[in-house]
Amino acid sequence: MGGFKGGGLNMSISIRSLTLNEYLLPGNASCPGCPASIGLRMLGKALEGRYVLVIPACCSTIIEGPYPKSSYGVPVLNIAFAASPSAAAGIKAGFEVLGKGDIHVVVWAGDGGTADIGMASLSGAAERNDDIIYICYDNEAYMNTGIQRSSATPYAAWTTTTITGKSEHKKNLPMIMAAHRIPYVATASVAYPLDFVVKVRKAASIRGMKYIHLHSPCPTGWRFPSDKTVEVGRLAVQTGLWPLYEIDHGVFKLSDICKPLLDKRNRKPIEEYIKIQGRFSRISKEQLAELERYVESLWNEIALMIEKSKMSEGGC
Amino acid sequence: MAKTEILTGNYAVAYAAKLSRVQVISAYPITPQTSIVEKLDEFVESGELNAKYVRVESEHSAMAACIGAAATGARAFTATSSHGLMYMSELVWWAGLGKFPLVMAVVCRALAPPWSIWSEHNDVLAHRDSGWIIFFAEDNQEVLDLTIQSYRICEDERVLQPVMVALDAFILSHTSMPVSIPEQSDIDEYLPIPGSRRKPFILDPDDPLTHGNLTYPEYFMEIRYEIEKSMNSARRVIIEAGRRYGEITGRYYDSLVEDYRCGDADIVLVNVGSSCGDAKEAVDLLRDEGYKVGLLKLRTVRPFPFEDLRRICSGKRYIGVFDRNYSFGYGGILHCEVSSALSGIKVPIQGFIGGLGGRDITLDDYVWVFKILVDMADRGVEPKPPIWVGLRGVV
Amino acid sequence: MLKQLSWLILLLEVVELSYILPVSKPSEGASGFTGIWRSFKPVIDVGKCRKCLLCWLYCPEAAIKRVGDDYMSVEVDYRYCKGCGICANECPFKAIIMVKEG
Repeated sequence: MGGFKGGGLNMSISIRSLTLNEYLLPGNASCPGCPASIGLRMLGKALEGRYVLVIPACCSTIIEGPYPKSSYGVPVLNIAFAASPSAAAGIKAGFEVLGKGDIHVVVWAGDGGTADIGMASLSGAAERNDDIIYICYDNEAYMNTGIQRSSATPYAAWTTTTITGKSEHKKNLPMIMAAHRIPYVATASVAYPLDFVVKVRKAASIRGMKYIHLHSPCPTGWRFPSDKTVEVGRLAVQTGLWPLYEIDHGVFKLSDICKPLLDKRNRKPIEEYIKIQGRFSRISKEQLAELERYVESLWNEIALMIEKSKMSEGGC
Repeated sequence: MAKTEILTGNYAVAYAAKLSRVQVISAYPITPQTSIVEKLDEFVESGELNAKYVRVESEHSAMAACIGAAATGARAFTATSSHGLMYMSELVWWAGLGKFPLVMAVVCRALAPPWSIWSEHNDVLAHRDSGWIIFFAEDNQEVLDLTIQSYRICEDERVLQPVMVALDAFILSHTSMPVSIPEQSDIDEYLPIPGSRRKPFILDPDDPLTHGNLTYPEYFMEIRYEIEKSMNSARRVIIEAGRRYGEITGRYYDSLVEDYRCGDADIVLVNVGSSCGDAKEAVDLLRDEGYKVGLLKLRTVRPFPFEDLRRICSGKRYIGVFDRNYSFGYGGILHCEVSSALSGIKVPIQGFIGGLGGRDITLDDYVWVFKILVDMADRGVEPKPPIWVGLRGVV
Repeated sequence: MLKQLSWLILLLEVVELSYILPVSKPSEGASGFTGIWRSFKPVIDVGKCRKCLLCWLYCPEAAIKRVGDDYMSVEVDYRYCKGCGICANECPFKAIIMVKEG
């Protein structure tokens, strides 16, 4: 499927090979154009139902729909906001003791439950290397409670609690997780679903703690029309703001899609990403310059990490 | 053959968890519970206990992990105290309201500030509304026996609620007493096979379900009422479990209360926890002097033993309630509950507060308490605001 | 009608589980027929469709179904389609247009 503007340029799987089964059922409560829905569907295609979900308080709690029906076709344990990594650790421990260790335990949490209130629990699970797959779908604010800022909200973005734009940069969660030396860390985007599917399957094949950070452009909270979700996600990658990479057992691997972006001439100007989103409509020239510096430094770091990985791997 | 060993209360908890063949342990250390988690780690690492030990980074995570384990049908255990219980409070409610059968030992310790590591019941009683069954142990034998019975109770299909066993800080947790440890084979017969539980629900990809999603007002109350039904059934289940336990060990727990010489007493003191031992001694002392007094020990605070209380207390001249806790702006918590349980029964009830922050409640204190009750009964005076026992500088 | 159906499902759950638990079963349309939310609906021009399946891949709602003997043709499930327009925006062949609902 290479050559098309979407669909993920990872050549190892094709769209038609994905299962027809749906593990996120239609008629759920998500907003039109919701990226979490795309993510949940792709998660289902990746693991084909042999998993349980642990969901803390977040949009996906509501997407489930109300009792007595649920939109999720896999077992789900809803849990309190800060508790998802440990609850998942407990489920995995229970399954292992009962001889059901082949069932994957997947945390599906928003950026709030991951980076803020759940940070301690997340760090604890990483340090213990609990055998779980942790997926943070990052819509860059506390969307479920009405678009308040989180530590994953980017610099200069409007939220209801940063009306003149956030003055801090985004917390770099994937790097924090990598510093815990867990066996697998990856970034992904709903605009590149096949890449996400491959990364989930890779994670599922590894024992220990796996962390995937899924960029999820939210039409409702970022203020863009609902048909542009995938387009915005693609631009985030193409401008270099959302690099796609893996840190596989400590070795940094930039995803193929992003390799051209090491040369800044191949990165699209940030304005293209910014101008579609209402949450950046008041961005000043200084703030834009700061964002450009941020992207610059991000890619300098990536170049350094690639060098370091080449050295540790013996230059391959 | 059961063997008797000298055990601290904390070790009694650890041995009970081992005998119960718990499968997932998840706990965070806090004084004075630490020797429970340390002993359990010893059992797990030596292979004596085949369990997964999740060494969590906080009590909040400890309860989360236990909830996760219970959701798979595994037998889960944790222990905590005081601020640890307060930190896991959100999830204590989650476990009770979500019907996750598991057992927790709580070493009752005072809350801060100021820091105190000694006995007080506010931590446990703050969670009495959460849907947990709550036992108070009087001595280390009860600690061991109640912890084992708790698994039979919580996994019973008529109950399926989590159970807390409360033991007093240092007085039980760190004091060594002779404890008879039952045979593993007897307990294997007494308890269901660990991990065989499928009720009330388990996480199973072959039969997916979602636990805890958004529920509109139209359905909510019925879900809550189910917990009330479980609590009502629990009264019977606790007695049955206690009777069966007695058949195996000779120690019967077939009642929600312990009636100590209340039958022909004029004055009854209601109490919970380890200081009931001293209170019983005071009863014996005063009985020898001719006073007709008795002690009513509540073994369970939840489900509350209404019927036993009403049956034993009606017709008495005066009831005292001893609280090792305080609800500021109100009075003793148990005093409030006993008063409400006895409403309609014409008997005056006087509250006593003592032992806060672990202050010693001595035999003399209890004799003093009983004598006040006798005096109030003789003079026919109305109950007063709670009397703080042993408070210095107050007339 | 929907409310009675919900009570029926609740009753069945009670009978099956013998308790009233905070537990829900997987179901399409948990939030109803969400097709009623939309203002625009996607219309697929079968002539232009080249069966790349990108619309099926991206639809957040799983409201685009793979149909036909080879499961390579696509069809919109209008009961649930929320009209977000991602399919129309992503189709490389402009085979989907968003049409205002009557």
